[in-house]
Amino acid sequence: MSKVRKIEFDAVIVGGGGSGMRAALQLAQSGYKTAVITKVFPTRSHTVSAQGGITCAIASEDPNDQWEWHMYDTVKGSDYIGDQEAIEYMCQTGPQAVFEVEHMGLPFSRNESGRIYQRPFGGQSKDFGNGGQAARTCAAADRTGHALLHTLYQGNLKNKTVFLTEWFAVDIVKSDDASVAGVIAINIESGETVFVASKATVFATGGAGRIYASTTNAHICTGDGIGMALRAGYPVQDIEMWQFHPTGIHGAGTLVTEGCRGEGGYLINKDGERFMERYAPNAKDLAGRDVVARSMVLEILEGRGCGKDGDHVYLKLDHLGEETLNAKLPGILELSRTFAHADPVREPIPVVPTCHYMMGGIPTNVDGQALTLDSEGNDKVIDGFFACGEAACVSVHGANRLGGNSLLDLIVFGRASGLFIENQLKEGISHKSVSNDDIEQGMNRLNKINNSKSGEKAPVLRSELQTIMQNYFGVFRRGDYMKKGIHKLNDLKARVENVHLEDKSSAFNTARIEALELQNLFETAYATAVAAEGRTESRGAHAREDFQERDDDNWLCHSIYMPGKREIGKRAVNMTLKTMKPFEPKVRTY
Amino acid sequence: MLTVSVYRYNPDIDYEPYMQDFSFDDEGKDMMVLDVLEKLKVIDPTLVFRRSCREGVCGSDGVNISGKNGLACITPLSEAVRDNKLVIRPLPGLPVVRDLVIDMTQFYAQYEKIKPYMMNDSVPPEKERLQSQEDRAKLDGLYECILCACCSTACPSFWWNPDKFIGPSGLLQAYRFLADSRDTGTKERLTDLQDPFSVFRCHGIMNCVQVCPKGLNPTKAIGHIRSMLVKDSL
Repeated sequence: MSKVRKIEFDAVIVGGGGSGMRAALQLAQSGYKTAVITKVFPTRSHTVSAQGGITCAIASEDPNDQWEWHMYDTVKGSDYIGDQEAIEYMCQTGPQAVFEVEHMGLPFSRNESGRIYQRPFGGQSKDFGNGGQAARTCAAADRTGHALLHTLYQGNLKNKTVFLTEWFAVDIVKSDDASVAGVIAINIESGETVFVASKATVFATGGAGRIYASTTNAHICTGDGIGMALRAGYPVQDIEMWQFHPTGIHGAGTLVTEGCRGEGGYLINKDGERFMERYAPNAKDLAGRDVVARSMVLEILEGRGCGKDGDHVYLKLDHLGEETLNAKLPGILELSRTFAHADPVREPIPVVPTCHYMMGGIPTNVDGQALTLDSEGNDKVIDGFFACGEAACVSVHGANRLGGNSLLDLIVFGRASGLFIENQLKEGISHKSVSNDDIEQGMNRLNKINNSKSGEKAPVLRSELQTIMQNYFGVFRRGDYMKKGIHKLNDLKARVENVHLEDKSSAFNTARIEALELQNLFETAYATAVAAEGRTESRGAHAREDFQERDDDNWLCHSIYMPGKREIGKRAVNMTLKTMKPFEPKVRTY
Repeated sequence: MLTVSVYRYNPDIDYEPYMQDFSFDDEGKDMMVLDVLEKLKVIDPTLVFRRSCREGVCGSDGVNISGKNGLACITPLSEAVRDNKLVIRPLPGLPVVRDLVIDMTQFYAQYEKIKPYMMNDSVPPEKERLQSQEDRAKLDGLYECILCACCSTACPSFWWNPDKFIGPSGLLQAYRFLADSRDTGTKERLTDLQDPFSVFRCHGIMNCVQVCPKGLNPTKAIGHIRSMLVKDSL
C-alpha cells in the first residue's frame, strides 16, 4: 500500500490567483466541496500586481460602446491566431462577469455619473477600427489587480471555500484510463506529502515569466502547471508567444501600467522625440504592446536610447500634473520613486521592454476543458482536467494580448470553468480509479529530489536558464541564434534533472520548492525554445529577423508542442462564431 | 563589507533560535533588503523567508528590519543599515515557523472575524451598483491594505491580546466596509465589534501608522469606528 495520505474533494483548483479563485467561488457557491491548493496565501498571487484594469465593453465611458468592437480589437491584437469563438464568448460575457465582481464589492474608480471609470488602453478602437480611440478599461485607480484579487478572496471566505494555503502541487496523478485523478501536493509548513483526489482538477497556476532574466513577474511565476502538464504527456499551445511589456522599470523590471499612456503619458528617446509617432501614426503610444516594445528596442539599437549606456527610453508623465497623477496613478508614483529613484511628477521614468505575459499555455475549450490531440490530430478532451487564466490557452490572446484583457480572461474563464464543472457534478461524475503505481508515478520527481546526493544548486541553474532565454529568445529572434540557444538548453537539461537538494528538512523547506519550481521553469523554457524556432514567420509578439513577414499560408494556426516528440505540430484556429461572420486576417497597422 | 545578522530557527534541528552573522558584499549598491536575502539564500539554501511580487504589493515579505517592521522588497539598505550592520528578524509577537517565517493564523483569524466581504441583501441591479466619486473617495486609504501584518505585529495591544483584539489591520478592513456606500451591514458589523476588546484595546499608540509600508492610517480608521460605536449605543 502507498504510504501517502489521501484527501478527497469534488473539485480542486491549483492556484489561488484571479482565475482560480473565480472558479472556486462558482463551485463553493453551489455547495460543492471545493479546495484551492495555493503555494502562497491567496492575496499574494501575482494577479495582485495587475495595475491598469479590466477591459470590457460595459458602455460606461461611451454609452454606445459594443462588445463586438472589443472583439474586433482583440482578434486584430492577437494577429489573427486567437480563437474567435473564445474571444466572442469573452467579450460578450465580459460585462456580466465584471458587474458580478462589482456587486461582490470591488472598489472600482467612478466617473461623474457614479458608473465604473474606464480609461483608454492600447489597441482599443470604436466601430471596428474606424471610430478612433476607445476608453474601455475598467479601473480601480492603478491597483485593479489588487482590488480584484482581494475581492475574490473575500467572496471565497464568505462562501467557505477550503484553502490549502502554502501547499505546493508537485505532479498530476493520472488514473488507469489516462484521465486526471488529482495531484500530489506538499504541505510546505509541515513537509507532508498528500494525494489530493478530485473529480475535477483545474490548473489555474498562472504564468512563467521567471524563465527570463528580466521580467515584471513575481518570483512565484514559475510555470508549475505547464511543467506538470508536460510531464504528464499533455501538450501546450502557442508557447513561443511571450509578451514583452513596453514599460518595465529599467534595472528593476517592475511594471509601469499601460494606463500611464492611456491617461496621456508618452515615450521619448534621448532627443526628447515622441518616437511612437513615426512607428504608429494613428494610435501612437497606444498601439499594440508588441508594436510599441519593438519600436523601443529599435530606438535603443539605433543609438537613440537614454542614460549613459543608452539602454532604455523614458516614459514622460509630468505634463499630466500632480493632481491627475495622484488621483489616477498613485501606485506608479510609489513604484517609480522606490525602484527608479525618479519622481514622475517632475521627471520621466526610465523604462525598457520586459517579459510580462505568456500568451500560450494548456489548450482548452471555452468550458475550460483541457485538450490534447489524438493520433489523427483531432482535439480530444482530457477527462477530469481543466485549465484557466494565464496557464491556459483558450486562446483569446493569440500572438499578442491586449492590455486589460488578462483580468477579463481570468474572471470570464474562471467562471466558465466553474459553471461547467458545476453542471458535470450535478449530472454525477465520480472519482477516478487510481492504483498505487499511479500514485508512485506522481511521486517520482519529488522522490528523486529528496534523495539527491550530488549535483548543482537550484538558484545557480535557474539563473543560467534565465540568461539563455533572455539572450536567445527575446524581443527579436533569429533561427541560428535560437538553434544555439536550444543547444545550450540541451546541455542544461540533465543538470536540471539532477538538481541537488542539500537541505532535506521538512518544515517550511523553500529550497525544496525552488528545486521543484526550477524543473517547471525548464519545461516551460524548453517548449518555448522549440516552438519559437519552429514557427518560421513573424506574428504578434514573435518577431523573427530571418522571417520578417506574417505567413498566413503556412502559419495562420496554433503551434502545438508535444512533450514526447520535442517538436511542434499545428492546430487550426477556431473561426466559428455564434453571432456574426468571423474577422478575416488583414494587415495589422496602428 | 556589511554584517547581516539574521534570526535563525529550524524546528527540525534547533533547540532554540539564534542570530547568525553573514559577511555580505553590497557592491556599493543601495539594494533592497529582499535582494540581500535572495543572495544569502544562494550561499545558504537553508535560509527561509517568504516572498512573491518583490514590488511591495503582495505583502509576503514583512519582516523586522533593524528594529522596524517593513517589507524587505521595498526597504533599501540606506534606510536599514546602522553602523555597517543590518539586523533581520521575523515580525514580532506571533509564533515562528522557521527562520523569518511566522505563523499568521491568528492574524488571518482576526481578519476573517470582521466579515471582510460586501453585505448587501438587496437584489443587485443588472449593471453595477452606482457610487458617487465622493463616496468612492471614502475608500481611499482603506482598500489598499495588503495584509502584510507589519502593523498588527508592531502593536503592543495585539501582542497582549492577539485572540481578542482585532488589531489595526483587521480594523482598517472593518472600516473599509463600514465606509462603503454599497454595504448595508453596518448594524451587524457594529454589533460584532461592540465588546471591550475588539476595538477598544486600541490605545492610540500609533505604531501601526509608523510602520505601514503602504502609508495607511489604521489609527484614524479605528477612531471612525469608535465614534460609530458610540453613536450606535446612544
